[in-house]
Amino acid sequence: MEENIKNKIQNIIQDNEVMLFMKGTPVMPQCGFSAAVVGVLSHMGIKFDSVNVLEDAEIREGIKEFSDWPTIPQLYVKSEFVGGCDIIREMHENGELSEYFTKAGIKA
Amino acid sequence: MAMKANEIEELILKSFPKAKITIDDLRGDGDHYAAQIITEEFRGKSRVQQHQMIYNAMGGRVGKELHALALNTSAPKE
Repeated sequence: MEENIKNKIQNIIQDNEVMLFMKGTPVMPQCGFSAAVVGVLSHMGIKFDSVNVLEDAEIREGIKEFSDWPTIPQLYVKSEFVGGCDIIREMHENGELSEYFTKAGIKA
Repeated sequence: MAMKANEIEELILKSFPKAKITIDDLRGDGDHYAAQIITEEFRGKSRVQQHQMIYNAMGGRVGKELHALALNTSAPKE
C-alpha cells in the first residue's frame, strides 16, 4: 500500500474518536450494511464521523488492506478496528458494544 | 458474479477441515449468504480475527465475486 494513503487513513482514525468508513452518508447510506451500522450507532446515541468511500477510490481500496478486511462498512474507535456490519450488529444485540464504548470512554 | 453455497463450504473446509458449517442463501440469488461456522481453531481468537481467518480461507473472494457473506463464528462449546 502506498505510504501516503496509509498516512491519510492513519490520520483519519487518529483525528476522529469514532470513525465509520461507509458507502454513502449517514443521512443517505448507499448500502444496506452501511445503513445497519449507522442505525446501531444512532440508536445508541453515539456521535460519529464518517468517510464516504464511494467518493474516494484510494481510501475505498486502501482501507481494505489497512484493516485486512475485505468489506465496507468498517468501524474504528480510538484508532482500533472494531469490526464490520456483522460484528457490530452482534455486539449491539448482546450488549458488548455499549460496554466497549464505555470502556473506550465514549459517552452516548 | 455469484457463488454456489457448496463452493463456499468447500473453500472453508479446505482451511478448516473439522469446521461445522451452515450456509443460507439469503436472497436466493447466489450473491448474499449467511454462514455459521463453528470450529476449534477459533478458540481464544477475537471475533475480528475469526472473520479474518474465514476471509483468508475464501481467498479474496468476499467483497469481489461474492457481494455479501454474513458471518457468525464461534468455537465449539466445551
